[in-house]
Amino acid sequence: MAEAVDLKAIGTRPIRPDGVDKVTGRANFGADMTLPGMVHAKVLRSPYAHARIKNVDLSKALEMDGVFAAICGRDLPEEGANDLSINILARDKALYHGHAVAAVAARTPALAEQALDLIEVDYEELHPVLSIDDAIADGATLVNENMYTNGDRSQPPSNVAAKQKFERGDVEKGFAEADVVVEESYRVPTAHQGYIEPHACIATINEAGRATVWCCTQGQFDVRSMTAGVLNKKVSDIKVIPSEIGGGFGGKTTIYLEPVAVKLSEISGRPVKMVMNREEVFRATGPTSATLCRIKVGAKNDGTITAATAWLAYEAGAFPGAPVGPGCMSVLAPYNLENLLIEGLDVVVNKPKVAAYRAPGAPQSMHAMECTIDEVARKIGMDPIDLRLKNAADEGTVAPYGPRFPAIGLVECLKAAREHPNYLSEKGEGVGRGVAVGFWFNIGMQSSAEVRIAENGAVTIMEGSPDIGGSRASMCLMAAETLGVSYETINAHVGDTEATGFCNVTGGSRTTFATGLAVVQACEDIIAQCKERAALTWDLDVDQVDWEDGKAVPKPGVNADVQPLSLADIARSAGRTGGPLLGRASLNAQGPGASFSVNWTDVTLDRDTGKVDVLAFTAVQDAGRAIHPAYVEGQMQGGAVQGLGWALNEEYIYDQKGVMENAGFLDYRVPVASDMPMIECQIVEVPNPSHPYGVRGVGETPIVAPLAATSNAVRDVLGYRINDLPLSPPRVLASLDESN
Amino acid sequence: MKKIHVSTTVNGQQEEALCEVHQSLLDLLRDELGLTGTKEGCGTGDCGACTVLLDGRLVCSCLVLGVEAEGKEVTTIEGIAEPDSLHVVQQKFLEHAALQCGICTPGFIVAAKALLDKNPDPDETTIRYWLAGNLCRCTGYDKIVRAVQDAAQELAQSS
Repeated sequence: MAEAVDLKAIGTRPIRPDGVDKVTGRANFGADMTLPGMVHAKVLRSPYAHARIKNVDLSKALEMDGVFAAICGRDLPEEGANDLSINILARDKALYHGHAVAAVAARTPALAEQALDLIEVDYEELHPVLSIDDAIADGATLVNENMYTNGDRSQPPSNVAAKQKFERGDVEKGFAEADVVVEESYRVPTAHQGYIEPHACIATINEAGRATVWCCTQGQFDVRSMTAGVLNKKVSDIKVIPSEIGGGFGGKTTIYLEPVAVKLSEISGRPVKMVMNREEVFRATGPTSATLCRIKVGAKNDGTITAATAWLAYEAGAFPGAPVGPGCMSVLAPYNLENLLIEGLDVVVNKPKVAAYRAPGAPQSMHAMECTIDEVARKIGMDPIDLRLKNAADEGTVAPYGPRFPAIGLVECLKAAREHPNYLSEKGEGVGRGVAVGFWFNIGMQSSAEVRIAENGAVTIMEGSPDIGGSRASMCLMAAETLGVSYETINAHVGDTEATGFCNVTGGSRTTFATGLAVVQACEDIIAQCKERAALTWDLDVDQVDWEDGKAVPKPGVNADVQPLSLADIARSAGRTGGPLLGRASLNAQGPGASFSVNWTDVTLDRDTGKVDVLAFTAVQDAGRAIHPAYVEGQMQGGAVQGLGWALNEEYIYDQKGVMENAGFLDYRVPVASDMPMIECQIVEVPNPSHPYGVRGVGETPIVAPLAATSNAVRDVLGYRINDLPLSPPRVLASLDESN
Repeated sequence: MKKIHVSTTVNGQQEEALCEVHQSLLDLLRDELGLTGTKEGCGTGDCGACTVLLDGRLVCSCLVLGVEAEGKEVTTIEGIAEPDSLHVVQQKFLEHAALQCGICTPGFIVAAKALLDKNPDPDETTIRYWLAGNLCRCTGYDKIVRAVQDAAQELAQSS
């Protein structure tokens, strides 16, 4: 196990291999590619949140000079007409404002825009369903007339796509045993991932039907399979080349443009480039769910939680698939509970189809729970960390969703927080402090890696996980540690779908864990081969050879008068010992290891304007083992600030017709540098037993706790609680006016 | 409509380009001159990914028309490093892991260098307000601010 090993590379903070290209402007992102002869495509979008599309007439656009092709929903194959396809181009109904209806390819982007004006769409406007309350009300307008809850056609059609439930023990008995019971409802608004790079792609297809797609994505293999599905093509007919990716946070795990670009290329015979603008990104790509969560918690005066219930309703947008499942599974995960009941609803509304956003579903439900826990702590007069310690899940606790936790670091994080100088410090006059716990499962899934040794011993890693935040550096560090060679001799590359073996998306905080595991195993393959080559060179048996500090050496006690052979020595003579050194591994990684966090923040409130200022924020999180601690801190800091943005300002604001009124960064206000303090980090390391170096994913957990930590801090300074987010100046000011 | 001929100096090089009247300086740089280091995040001057210097002044190149670059000097991210070495701000961004995805990085580096050229010893608040026009969604700004602080310190020691 890693703990016993004296680590040399892991835990250091070297410069990432792709760094120079990213600070000099050389790195190519989604919109940076051009191809000879390419044309540009733009998308016509629905002006209504809900409308029947009676006809789309492309003829006038097609007649325009400079236009090469135009398509609408009926031009995509019926065989692939699933929700993904219908989201990419609407068929018989426009289901949200901004829903793609048609697309045009023309010589320039400006000409394509002009041609959109010539497309004639005959709409019949329908009543839009714009909230959970509207969607689940009796007699509600149906977003999809053929949708039945959990597919049960014995009941009338419904906007509730699915219901789910987790139950344990007897909650009524639990509440009866409680000295205090707190029950509250909370709303969290729709928020966008807010990656700075809009979606972009170029596609070209030849006469043999072979397509090549360049795009910014979290998963080139998923783009391949989804594009193939929508176009009813074979995956082997599509090659996807991932560019550098300018942020995703889950939002680039799906597709919007690629099949459209391929189809337009097929018709026009030209490569087709598509780049969204920011407004399109807000209106038509992946926000996460707005939610309504009701939580009830009962506890004894000594802090023991006797029962907890959660009712969680998540907006899915226009198609089923809200992250309510993970919302249900995470809401009570930090607690060891005998009696619990969790119910979740996946609710469709006339808004953009939600996409994954960093720990999908957990921030909303855990905001509700962690605020309720804070109220319980206040009622029984207990420190909020002590209350959580009293009930904390630990190794062996059965998670609310079934499995028994292996080694987890929640208790360690809580204890680290309890003793942290930033927690022990007196908060100043007029300062509120709030604490919350965060959690994410993390995932494993499939990864492949190759490790190639050049004739000078240099190491090239080829893997398939787009590097969204420094993962190439982590791969190189794990390879350096395993092989026993210098970090500087290693480079890592993210291959296209034909250059590397299959990898699932960069998502679920899986890359450093699962693709890292593949890299470690591919390096072990190299070591095994090096031992064979050394044995051959020395005329020894392979089991008489060891690998130490990057060199093959005879095992202790083996009588051989030879000099150790380094990786470079063996590589130099590889032609004489069996050919080039190439290590491989592919796997379906098991045991990703959940990551828990504890966050707290100090805030002040301007009672004249309602503005909350964040004075300090501290994040404690279990990373299992921090491979590159600076990038682990980066995840913790970035997630904290995204969470703070969601808590304090970010929300989709809709008018009565379902038109988003703030579809730009001026009005959808993400945090800027002057809004934020330094984000202090403490990395806790409770090694994950399923990884050779103990890695747990760290990327998603950081966004979970900041919502409730901020709410609880504002509660502390305000003297009462505002249940709904964001705690923006208008909301806080309105509340202050009301309470006066 | 006919294109307009634009003569401008970009990173010290005289450049000639034909520009449509509606094209932004950002489009001119990226699409006509092939300088794709300057990024578009919003096209409305809200994110700062397209930050360049125009006659020494920080601008969002998406809010400047291409034709306005006529006779002016433009400095982009491609003009920040020396031929054989990175600028200290670039080096400090790497050392502090002040980038994750890297899409906002060119804009931040152009803006941070401009700050240090003007004010070699900025305090944290000054740095944060100077960079408030540049959005980063990955880092939470902590490591960016520290990189700029460290760059300032190194510049002070070397001068």
